[in-house]
Amino acid sequence: MSFIEANNQTGRGPRAEAPMNRKRKRDNTNNTSVTLLPSRALPPGRRMQPDGIEQSPGETSAGLLRELVSHLRQNRTQLREVWARRITDAQLLTAMSKEEIFSEATSVYDNYVEVLETGSVEALQAYARNLSERIIPRGVETHEVVGIVLLLRDVLARSLFKKYQNDFDPLNRVLDAYEPAANRIANTVAVSFVQERERIIRQQQEAIRELSTPVLQVRERLLILPIIGVIDSQRARQLTEQLLRGIRMNRAKVVVVDITGVPTIDSTVANHLVQTIEASRLMGASVIITGLSSEIAQTLVTIGVDLHKVNAVGDLQGGIEEAERLLGYKVMMESEAAPIEQPV
Amino acid sequence: MQVPILKQGGYLIASIQSVLTDADLLCLRDSLAERVGQFRSRGVIIDVTVLDVIDSFATRTLRAIAHMLKLLGAETVIVGIQPDVAFAMVQLGLTLQGVGTALDLEEGLSYLGDGGGQ
Repeated sequence: MSFIEANNQTGRGPRAEAPMNRKRKRDNTNNTSVTLLPSRALPPGRRMQPDGIEQSPGETSAGLLRELVSHLRQNRTQLREVWARRITDAQLLTAMSKEEIFSEATSVYDNYVEVLETGSVEALQAYARNLSERIIPRGVETHEVVGIVLLLRDVLARSLFKKYQNDFDPLNRVLDAYEPAANRIANTVAVSFVQERERIIRQQQEAIRELSTPVLQVRERLLILPIIGVIDSQRARQLTEQLLRGIRMNRAKVVVVDITGVPTIDSTVANHLVQTIEASRLMGASVIITGLSSEIAQTLVTIGVDLHKVNAVGDLQGGIEEAERLLGYKVMMESEAAPIEQPV
Repeated sequence: MQVPILKQGGYLIASIQSVLTDADLLCLRDSLAERVGQFRSRGVIIDVTVLDVIDSFATRTLRAIAHMLKLLGAETVIVGIQPDVAFAMVQLGLTLQGVGTALDLEEGLSYLGDGGGQ
């Protein structure tokens, strides 16, 4: 709905009885939210300007934005250059070359103008995501991205000031239309960037979690599972899951779990470990625990974990040897093997 | 539903095809005991790959079958317990003590071939 229509309605609106000055104040405060969306009905009373001057009929917010957009299109080259220069001056986006900054600046500028024109931020959102995806790995920081968008906002505002410098009322109205839109754009870009960044962080967390408990095959049917770092109950659960899955996938018969790198263990985790060993047995694999430190051994005995089903060997080497024995492998030095007669 | 029992050389293979009721389990127990006597089998493989739940009754019955068949001269091995099922069973304290287990049918056969895994 346009400003004119809003004008016509004012008399019947719910706020019609409110004293003039109060009405004005309210307009002032929520001016930012709705102006961009021409389809949404404006509340009655919106037509009042902060300074109390009646809007001249014929200049609707959509019309103002159109004027604005055409102004920005006309001065595209010059404004874009000013902006790119200010980005360089402010030492933002230092990870990117001048040409890159300029080409990205062009796309951002065009997207920006498009949002002002259409009022829909979807295309910009998609572009911002895509841009973030490209620049995050290169070490671009949040403050830089927000900074360049705010710079563009300032550059455009400056150019508007310049254009309307002798004409205060139109300037005011244009800014009224422009500012909320610009804020919304800045908001959108910043949110997209942060969301993209959070997505990457989540992805990496997942990867780290996966990597923290590798299940490795050393021989046919022999897996090792080196554990490093503190085991909490969540990690213990994940460990169990990976171990059992590993047994199934590699058709393992023996698994060596090496806990040399585990500083301490509490009773919950110890019991979990014993349960994992039992579960592995149900799947037809036997588990050898190696690298129990003396502290852990002591803890296990003190807290009374049922250990008679646990096959423990001192170190990883011993564990692998024991596993090979269980699997029927025999490893020997070449020199120990039966000497082959060399023909003389 | 009846569990088919196949004879493979000196071994019997009971391959569970669907979820079993308690009555089915008891029926399986009886027919296995009968077949072991009939064929003079040395080993029995019970394949539970399709089961996503193995409750306490099933565990107890499986253990009873294993001990009973042992008395009849046959080694029993349970094969194909799924990872989730295995861990759930252990958490409930159902550990199939004294019963042979193996990853799948093939492993089960080689387990029996080795002389019932010491």
